[in-house]
Amino acid sequence: MTTDTQWPLWEVFTQKKQGAPHEHAGSVHAVDKEMALQNARDVYSRRNEAISLWVVPTEAITASTPEDMGSFFDPANDKAYRHPNFFKTPGAKF
Amino acid sequence: MSIKNLTEEELEKRFHDRIEKGEIIEPKDWMPERYRKQLIRMMSQHAHSEVVGMLPEGNWITRAPSLRRKAVLLAKVQDEGGHGLYIYCGTETLGISREEMLDGFLTGKAKYSSIFNYPTLNWADMGAIGWLVDGAAIVNQTVLAKCSYGPYSRAMVRICKEENFHHKQGYEILATMMKGTDAQKQMAQDAINRFWWPSLMMFGPSDKDSPNSGDLLKWKVKLFSNDELRQRFIDRTVPQAENIGIKLPDPLLKWNEAKGHYDHGDINWEEFYNVINGRGPCNKQRMKQRRDAHINGEWVRDAVVAHEEKKKSEKVAA
Repeated sequence: MTTDTQWPLWEVFTQKKQGAPHEHAGSVHAVDKEMALQNARDVYSRRNEAISLWVVPTEAITASTPEDMGSFFDPANDKAYRHPNFFKTPGAKF
Repeated sequence: MSIKNLTEEELEKRFHDRIEKGEIIEPKDWMPERYRKQLIRMMSQHAHSEVVGMLPEGNWITRAPSLRRKAVLLAKVQDEGGHGLYIYCGTETLGISREEMLDGFLTGKAKYSSIFNYPTLNWADMGAIGWLVDGAAIVNQTVLAKCSYGPYSRAMVRICKEENFHHKQGYEILATMMKGTDAQKQMAQDAINRFWWPSLMMFGPSDKDSPNSGDLLKWKVKLFSNDELRQRFIDRTVPQAENIGIKLPDPLLKWNEAKGHYDHGDINWEEFYNVINGRGPCNKQRMKQRRDAHINGEWVRDAVVAHEEKKKSEKVAA
């Protein structure tokens, strides 16, 4: 019955207040970027949840996969010295 | 540890261990096919329910008794559409397209909540829906917000924030009417008489007759059984009813000190199954309105696509 398409998918990122990072909020369907922005506003910011919006075509996003979660991230595993609490600083206040 | 070399059984065991530990499953994670299928069924039905839910209330927008009530109802109905969109987008992460879901909905293959097959006969019904129907939905959705599937859980967190407005605006309508004339009080009482039992049915069949509950509980998609959530809703709602002097139409409703819960009368499950199976008061009308809206919007969708194609071809020519 529905042969017509629901248009490409866009991922929506919202910034809650000035200085805050943009966070993923969800997605919308839209035929172009203007429509994606308007739909994102209507769906994800009906109560001033955003002061700024990004929309990105879903297919343009490259993501790491759960399968390579271990080997991809493990170079960071044995480098505790990248954290300040690795170091002994007897008596000194920081 | 790489999961690439694991067998299906090992993967399933690993999945269940993750669920047991309270980990959240994300779209690209390995999941059993049955988990994926049950979630698609449950989430798409939930999305369809939000969309159909716009119809009984949309019915009263033009007849709201004041500009304030009208603006509120309009915002509420718009929220319901938004809720449908949050959940559709969450469901799409499981690998089903929006087109497939819409197709299931419009052909009647997919179900939606039985409550929306009841008619809204007068203004007090807007109060009853906000207070009881959205109240029941909040009880369900607050728990779903802690479910094991990330995109569903995040959609529920967002929805719960908005449902509280729906719930309170409904209660305010009824509280106002209960302070009005005898005719207004009667109208409010009549709405509750009609919506109380169908609202209890929203939690689904009794635990002993709920075919999907076992798996859903095991996978932590559901965290409580249908009957537990129903009880939670009743316990919460009775004092609110007493507060405005409205009666809930169940002569067996009584506080049980030993249990710490309200006892209640039997639900008419025959009515419930009739309504889900297409024989409720408004099933045909709701489906027709939904299909008509889809068909009547087709020229708009076509025009949008035509415009986009024209823009693209102009770009190529330039």
